[in-house]
Amino acid sequence: MTQQEALFQFLLRMGDNTLILGHRTSEWCGVAPVLEEDIALANTALDFIGQTQFWLGYAGEVEGKGQDADRLAFHRDAWDFRNLLLCEMPIGDFGQTIMRQFLFDAWHSIYIARLLKSSDPRVSEIAEKASKEVAYHLERSAETVVALGDGTEESHSRMQKALDYLYPYVGEMFLADDVDAAMVSAGIAPDPTALRDEYDALVQKVLDEATLTVPGNRFAQKGGKNGAMHTEHLGHLLCSMQWLQRVYPDGNW
Amino acid sequence: MNNEWPLWEVFIRGQHGMSHRHVGSLHATDAEMAIKNARDVYTRRNEGVSIWVVEAVNITASSPSDKGPMYEPSESKVYRHPTFFDIPDEVGAM
Repeated sequence: MTQQEALFQFLLRMGDNTLILGHRTSEWCGVAPVLEEDIALANTALDFIGQTQFWLGYAGEVEGKGQDADRLAFHRDAWDFRNLLLCEMPIGDFGQTIMRQFLFDAWHSIYIARLLKSSDPRVSEIAEKASKEVAYHLERSAETVVALGDGTEESHSRMQKALDYLYPYVGEMFLADDVDAAMVSAGIAPDPTALRDEYDALVQKVLDEATLTVPGNRFAQKGGKNGAMHTEHLGHLLCSMQWLQRVYPDGNW
Repeated sequence: MNNEWPLWEVFIRGQHGMSHRHVGSLHATDAEMAIKNARDVYTRRNEGVSIWVVEAVNITASSPSDKGPMYEPSESKVYRHPTFFDIPDEVGAM
């Protein structure tokens, strides 16, 4: 794998995380439990889509085959996506959505903070722009996790259930491969395995406050960030996200 | 038991405004959440640099039926308006 190919893969991972999670979050638009959350979730989704435009736009330039962000978003199939499995899991109930958001935001904030010091100026610029949004996402999702976890009996049990369901998808964030090694040696991105302690401390603190129990089992589902095996959920998501561009290629308004 | 979250009134100071202005209301469980919700609902288009929230129950409003005694006496007192002065352009908005 050349350095250029590795950088392309890295950028796809960043952009696909925000694209897929952004699309998932947008599924709440118009149907969230209260109007205020509906708008807040739509804002978060739009933040993610905005970040996606930068990551995938740069990815297309690096690849050098004339693909722009839209092309990469709407004309790839499931096996070409490089997002973490966590991002493609279904929204479930509101508790599951917020728990996933928090588990992702915690990682995202730590990872983006490292990218601020990237040796690639384009990467650090995108990280700089994203970092304020990411900080707000984390603040909001962490507070909501605490409010619901330490809320009523029902909200607590739903949050614990969501945590138990999603926790096997946390480990993938900290797995490293050739792409990561190439990014580390070029000073472009951090070693994912080195971020686990910081992540665990952050998550533990919030979940303690939320009176939730972190599962002891650290078994990790994997196959998203390297594209080896996505869950069955991604194809369905792509169906609804991509159908217009697939039916009417390059249609715009 | 009332399951509705309390109602909050939202006041925002715009980029170039001189004081906080009432922009609307929303529901939230507490003041901190009200600030966050206000940020998400009312500052999406870069409207604000500062947010105030106050729980609606804490606002005491004048009664519409008192309209006559409250406001009519001032209607005929044109001399209370500072419209007889020329304001130099440099002063800007008053």
